[in-house]
Order: sequence, then C-alpha cells, then structure tokens
Amino acid sequence: MPSAAPDPLDLLDLDALLSEEERQVRDLARSWVRERVLPELEEWFERGVFPAREIAKELGQLGFLGMQLPDESGSPTVGPVGYGLAELELEAGDSGLRSFVSVQSALAMFAIHAFGSDEQRAEWLPPMRAGEAIGCFGLSEPDAGSDPGSMRTRARRDGGDWVLSGTKMWITNGSCADVAIVWAHTDEGIRGFVVPTDRPGVRAFDIHRKLSLRASVTSELAFDDVRLPGDAVLPGAHGLKGPLSCLNEARYGIVWGVMGAARACLDAALNYSRERIQFDRPIASFQLTQKKLADMALAVATGTLLALHLGRMKEAGRLRPEQVSVGKLNNTRAALEVARTARSILGANGITLEYPVMRHMTNLESVLTYEGTEEVHTLVVGQTLTGIRAFS
Amino acid sequence: MDVVVFAKYVPTPEGTPELGPDHLLVRDGGDGALDPGDTYGLELGLRLVEAHGGEVTVVSMGPAGAIAAVQRALAMGAHRGVLVTDPALRGADALATARVLAACLRRRPADLVLAGIESTDGYTGTVPVTVAELLGIPSVTAVRAVEVVDGALRVERQTEEGADEVACPLPALLTVTAGATEPRFPSLKGIMGAKQKPVETLALADLGIDVEDVRPTQRVVAVADAPPPAGGEIVDAEVGIARIADLLVEAKVL
Repeated sequence: MPSAAPDPLDLLDLDALLSEEERQVRDLARSWVRERVLPELEEWFERGVFPAREIAKELGQLGFLGMQLPDESGSPTVGPVGYGLAELELEAGDSGLRSFVSVQSALAMFAIHAFGSDEQRAEWLPPMRAGEAIGCFGLSEPDAGSDPGSMRTRARRDGGDWVLSGTKMWITNGSCADVAIVWAHTDEGIRGFVVPTDRPGVRAFDIHRKLSLRASVTSELAFDDVRLPGDAVLPGAHGLKGPLSCLNEARYGIVWGVMGAARACLDAALNYSRERIQFDRPIASFQLTQKKLADMALAVATGTLLALHLGRMKEAGRLRPEQVSVGKLNNTRAALEVARTARSILGANGITLEYPVMRHMTNLESVLTYEGTEEVHTLVVGQTLTGIRAFS
Repeated sequence: MDVVVFAKYVPTPEGTPELGPDHLLVRDGGDGALDPGDTYGLELGLRLVEAHGGEVTVVSMGPAGAIAAVQRALAMGAHRGVLVTDPALRGADALATARVLAACLRRRPADLVLAGIESTDGYTGTVPVTVAELLGIPSVTAVRAVEVVDGALRVERQTEEGADEVACPLPALLTVTAGATEPRFPSLKGIMGAKQKPVETLALADLGIDVEDVRPTQRVVAVADAPPPAGGEIVDAEVGIARIADLLVEAKVL
C-alpha cells in the first residue's frame, strides 16, 4: 500500500534513496542556511556584498570546505552524494553561497589535492579546510572563456624562479582570497601555480554593477611580473587537462546545486499560488497555474534524480566527464526555466527581493554560463553522440 | 567532570502527531527528533567538559527509533549514548520514566546531570527533579548559567523577577532554560562519526527494574481539542505603543 501523499518538493520520494547519514548532512546544510544565511542574504544581495571571511569560518567549523576530499584520516568526510546534497542546500540559499564553497572545495582545494606537492598540500589544505584561508581559481581571462587554450597569462623561468604575468577575469573569491590557483602558458605548456595573493605584483579589482551573483565576490586578478619560487608550480598538472579536471569536479556540484535553487523557487511559487486570491479563488486553482506548478515539480524531481544517479555513478568511480556535461546542461537549463516560471506565478511580487525567485533567476543566468557554457556542454554531448567535435 | 544529559525523542514540531485509541501518542514510525528543549543542556554540558575535561553521556528512554535523538546528540559532540527501550515502557508516565533514568545513573554515576525544563511533547516538567529526588542529589531548576568554582557549582537561576544565584555542591541535577546557551550545529565529521561512538541499548532487566515498578499509575481517559484562543486585543500601532509596552510588562516580558 502506498504511504502518505508525496511531498510536493520531493515528488518522487528520493529521500528514501538516501542513507541516514546523507539525510543528516542534508538537514545540517539546510538548517544552517535557513537559520544563519537566509535572514541576511537579501541584504547582501541588494548591497552586492558577501562576508566571505565570516562565512568561511562558519563553513569550516561545520566541515563543508573540502568535505569531498580526503583529510588527515585519509578519507573524505562525505561521499559524492552527501557532497551533492550539501551543495543543493547551499544553493537553495543562494548560488553565490554555493559558488563560494564550490570554488574553495572543488577548484582551489581540489587542484592542490590532486596536482600539488606534499608541501603545497600541507601548507594550504588544513587552513582552507578550516576556513582560515580562502582560495580562488584563475583560468578565465577577459579574452579567453570557452577557449581557455587562448589564454595570454604567461609564466617564464628566471633562474630557479617563475615570473608570472597576465590578467584573469570573473574570478569568484578573487579579492578575498589568500591563495590563487593560476593557470598560465609556459615553455612546457599550460601549468598551474599556487600564488599567495600577498605577493608583490598581485592585484585584485572587484567587478561591480553585476545583476547576478550579487552575494558573491567576483574579481579581476592582475599579475604584474609576480616572482614565485620554483616550487610554486603544481607538479602534477601538465596541459589543459589539469584545470579541466578541476572544472569537472565543480560542475558535478552544480548538477546538484541548481536543483536547490529550483526547489526554492518551486516552494515559493507553490506557497504564493495558494495564498494569492484572484477572481475570488486562489490562483493555484487555475489550470494554467497548475500546469506551471506541475512542470516545475517535474523539473525539480527529474533533475534531482539525475543528480543522484550521477552521484551514485561517481561513488562507484565510473562517472565520465561527458555525463557530468549531461547533468550540468540539463539541470542548469531546467532550474533557470523553473525560476522564470516561478517569477510568472508571483507576478509583480516576483520581481522584488521579498521573494527568492528573481534572485535565483538572475543567479542562474551566471550558472548557465560559468563552468562550461550551455553551448559548450551541448557540443560535448553532440561530440559524444556523433564522434565529431564541433568546436576547436 | 562527567556529565549526563537527558535526551528525549519527540515528534518533529513540523508534523502533526497522532494519538492512538488509548489517547497515547503514537511514538513508533512517523518523524521524530531530539527534543529541541534538551539541546540547551547538551550545549552547556559540552562546554563544561571542554573547559574542565570529562565526558558527556546522553541518556534517552523511548522506542527503538529514539536512537535518532541519541545519534543527533552524539553528532553534536556527546561522547557516548545510552538508550533504554523496552516494550513494557510503552505509555510510561513521569514517575516510571524518572525511575528508569535514575537507574541509569546508579549504574553509571555522573558528577552533573542536565535536562531540559520540560519536554516539548509531554510538558509535565516533573521528570528531572523526580530523578534528583530518587538519587538523593540536589537539583536546581530553570538554570540559565553555570560556573564551576572550587569543585562546586555557582548557578544562575531564572525567576519571574530576575535571577537567583545559587551555590550547589556536586553531584547535582540542573534543568536548563531555552536560550541559556546557543546550541551548536553538529559538524559533518560529527554526523559521519556518530555511528562509531559507543551506544548501549538497555532493557528494563539490564537495569534491574521490575515491570511492576514502571507500570503507569495514571491513564488518559479523554482528550479534548484546546478551545480557540479568546478574542485578543488589536492595538493600533500609531497610538498604541504605550499600551503595547503595558501589555509586555503585564506579561513580564519587559
């Protein structure tokens, strides 16, 4: 006999597919976001600020930074599904918050963990895990986005040192970071560098007038003949494969995260549609509204199911980058559509910060583009289907 | 300093609890959680052992599912757990519950016992002090702050007018007010490590308690809906600030 009526926010009862610990991880992230972040978030978003230091310390204490990477004990705090659920709940708060954790954990810490020397790991990973050191990741440039190989940043040898020059753009956490993972052309091809941001010649400029990810630090980083010791290079990364494998980690988190934003929009639209009376009845009683709600609930349910499926594949060690592209493409697009639809249900109220939907909607415009654009992921899938590469 | 914290498994506040045909709460199945009212004492206990050494043991009595409340307390930092669960305890009243909890403490004595003021489901508020009486140790209720001074406690006790300062020897039992502390979030490591912490599951026989001693001495004969709240008073915000202040004073909030 079927049990109680389905939860509108978990139409397919995916909860039942989670372990007890996974549910607790999810609950922890959800209650922290609800109690500590949401009350202040709209203010941050409106003012265009993100208190990175303070949030980093709290996230560090809770254990969310680098949670998916092995720690001193040799094993990760949580598995891929627990990590994904945490990202989902953080992004149900705001994509900016999730971006902070993604950049710290899946880009900066992952790069050091996967490609760093023992010394680099020992120096940076413990403080980054604790939230005492903030990391950022410099790949994109003003003129190099989807085509990172065209980057102009260069590092040249000078005796035993490296000298780094160039400009990185759209760098989340850029101006608040203690350490930047910077990718640059060298005589040996593209290499990654661990750059403490207090080095002479490193400058950060925040990007203002953003209409998206306003509760997030986004910067331009300029490297003006920055002298680095010979051991600043990441020994394990040669060529574009290095940064791209970091992005793959971050994209996996996005597959989950955007479903949090979508769920928050569905929740808001559902509540609003029950309370908003027009023509003497709640607008939830109109067929066009019900169709919108049903479409949104389907998108949230199927997108989360997809994320969970990819998570179980990652757990088993058989998740391929093309499959992460399927998830990033499908879920980001779906979440954006959910947010736009939610806005239409909320009518004029939907355009204000009193409700989360337009905030999520504008955030998701960034998420659709960063970590591989909608177009690039489409062409990755196209290449997987046809064996023919349509770009490069 | 070894601390025992009582932890009750209660229906989640978001849900609608169900009453069985005997008017007792259906405690099996459904969503339950650690009583939020117990987390203030747990936080206090964790801070005390962090400052003075020792361990926090969380003790719960309830159905098998009450292990979730124990696990939550372990995830927040408690060192070990005890769950007393026995079919004979179904419908146990406050006295029976106190006998069971007191037996746990006789089995493994503690320097300090911390409890919530009252549970958020039963609201009798009588279990902790009954335990203290059964054990013959002093108890202080409505505690909002504690200091350990020369091996004894200096306790701030919330009263209607303000606070009493009470000196209390150890061992002792305290009931802790909501808001006395800000309960911490568990950490991810705490959650993932909770299952590795030692938890004893005990039945009545393990505590040497006879079924006759925990037979309920009271029975719920009828349950009625609470009457709808009476009228209330609508105070116009423009002119009513003074009136609102008066009401708050009357309610002893100010």
